[in-house]
Amino acid sequence: MAGSATPARVATFLEEVIAATPGDPHLELCLQCGTCGGSCPSGPDMDHTPRQLFAMIAAGLKDEVLRSNTPWYCVSCYYCVARCPQEVHITDVMYTLKQMAIREGLYRESSAAEVPEFSETFIDLVENYGRSFELGLATRYTLRHHPLNVVKMAPMGLELLRKGRMDLTPKRIKGLDQLQAILAKARELGGAA
Amino acid sequence: MKYSYYPGCSLERNAIAYHRSAMAVAAPLGIELAEIQDWNCCGATEYFSVDLLPAYSLVARNLALAAQQANGDQVVAPCSACFLNLSKTDRYMADSPELARKINTALAAGGLHYDPGTVRVRHLLDVIVNDIGYDAVAAKVTKPLHGLQVAPYYGCLIVRPGYQGVFDDPEYPTSLDKLMRTLGAKVVDFPLKTHCCGGHMTQISQPTAYELIRRLLKNAADYDADVIVTLCPMCQLNLDAFQGEVNKYFKTDYHIPVLYFTQLMGLAFGISAKELGIGKEFVDARPALSKIGVEAPEPEAPRRRRRGKKELPMPSMPEEE
Ligand code: SF4
Ligand code: SF4
Repeated sequence: MAGSATPARVATFLEEVIAATPGDPHLELCLQCGTCGGSCPSGPDMDHTPRQLFAMIAAGLKDEVLRSNTPWYCVSCYYCVARCPQEVHITDVMYTLKQMAIREGLYRESSAAEVPEFSETFIDLVENYGRSFELGLATRYTLRHHPLNVVKMAPMGLELLRKGRMDLTPKRIKGLDQLQAILAKARELGGAA
Repeated sequence: MKYSYYPGCSLERNAIAYHRSAMAVAAPLGIELAEIQDWNCCGATEYFSVDLLPAYSLVARNLALAAQQANGDQVVAPCSACFLNLSKTDRYMADSPELARKINTALAAGGLHYDPGTVRVRHLLDVIVNDIGYDAVAAKVTKPLHGLQVAPYYGCLIVRPGYQGVFDDPEYPTSLDKLMRTLGAKVVDFPLKTHCCGGHMTQISQPTAYELIRRLLKNAADYDADVIVTLCPMCQLNLDAFQGEVNKYFKTDYHIPVLYFTQLMGLAFGISAKELGIGKEFVDARPALSKIGVEAPEPEAPRRRRRGKKELPMPSMPEEE
C-alpha cells in the first residue's frame, strides 16, 4: 500500500481497523458486492450501508467513518456475516468501529449519539452486580435520557412487574470481587486483537 | 443426558416462563440440567459495543466456571444471544492465540483459566431435536396440539453464523417446524422466520424496531397463525410486550400470542399451563389455547409489596441502594 519507503510508515486506517479486530476479520478481501447491505434490517436507517462504510475505510476516510451512525444501528443479527462471500467478519468490524468512535469522541456527532450511553448503563449494572437487569436498565436509561418516555413506557413496566417478569433490584453474584478483578485486568491489557 | 445449564439474565426474570417450561419438559425427556455455579451476564451486545477485551473476558469467566463442573463439557443455553456469545468466545479464543492469551491473563486475575475447545455450547432446541430426537419427543405426547396453527420463529442467532458449527440451515431452518409437527400442531408458512426482531433497537430507535416487529406480526397474521413460537427471550419480549405499542404506532390490530417452544411442548406432554408459565405473556394466549382444549390460568395477580400511589412502578436504581 501507498508504497512509502519511510521506516516510520503510519498504518492506514484499514490496517488499524483490522488490527483492532480479534481474529482475522478479512476486511481487506471485501469485494464491494453489496450483499451485506442488502441483508441488513437496519439498512434504511443507516447513514452508509456496510459496503459503503468498508469502501470509506479502504479510502482512509477515518473521521467520516467514525461519525457515521451505521455501526450504532447494527443490531448484531449476523445476517451479513452468514451471507458475505468473502467471510468478512462484518459484525466484529462494527464493534471495532464503535470502540474507535467512542475513543475519539466522534460518535457524538452521529445521529446515534445516545446509544453508547445505553451500553454504558448496561455495563455499569453488570460490573456492579454481575448480572444484568434488563428492564431496570431500560428504566434507568429512559429516566436519564428520555424522561418524558417514562410516562409512556410505565404501563409496560407495571405489566411486567404484575406478571413477575421484572425484578425490583438486580441479583448480585457471589464472585463479584473475582469478576471485577478480571474486568479490571482486561481493561488494563487494552485492545482485544 | 446430563448438561451444564447457562440460563442467562433473561431467564431469571423476564423470561421466567421459558426457564420454567424448559425445566418442565427436560425432566420427562431425561435431560438433566445443572446450573453453572455463580455464572455472570454474557454481556449481550452492549458490552461488546464499548470494550471488547473485558467483554470477551466476561464471557470467558462463564466458560471457565462451566469447565470446572461435572458435565461442563456441554453447556445448554436457551437464550440465542447467550448461546452466540459463549460459542463465539470459545471459537475466537481457538482461532486467535493472542486473544486467548490476553483473556487468560485477565481470567488469572480472578484465579481462573479457560482452554478453548473445552466447552461445547448448545442451544436448547439443538439438544432437544438432535440429542433427544423427534421420536423420543413424540413418545411423550399425550395431548397433541391438533387444530393449533403455529408460526415457528427462529430469529437471528440460533443458526447464524454458527461459531461451533450449525445444526440447521442458516437461511431456512426447519428443526422447529418439525418439532411443532411432532407435537401435532399445524405449521403455517412463515417466510420471515429468520428475520430480526429488532433486538435492543426498541431502546434506540423505536420506529426502526417497530417496523421490524410489525413485519413479523403481519407475516404470521397473513398465514393465519394462532400463535408465534419463539426460542429466544429477546424475540419473545419484542414481539409480545411491544405488540400493543406497535399496534398503536401503525394503527394495526394484531393479537398474536408469542409463546416459547418449550411451553407448547409442555402442553402436548399434558403438563399444566400454570407450571409452564403460561399467563405471563402480554398478548393473552387463552383464546388460541382454547382451540386445543387448554384452559390457561387467569393473568397473574399482582405480587408482593404495595407501592405509594405517586410512585411510578419502576424498579429501584442501583445508585439508590
Ligand atoms: S457482503 Fe462481504 S464482500 Fe460483499 S460488500 Fe459486504 S463485506 Fe464486502
Ligand atoms: S449484523 Fe449488523 S450490519 Fe450485519 S446485517 Fe445485522 S444489523 Fe446489519
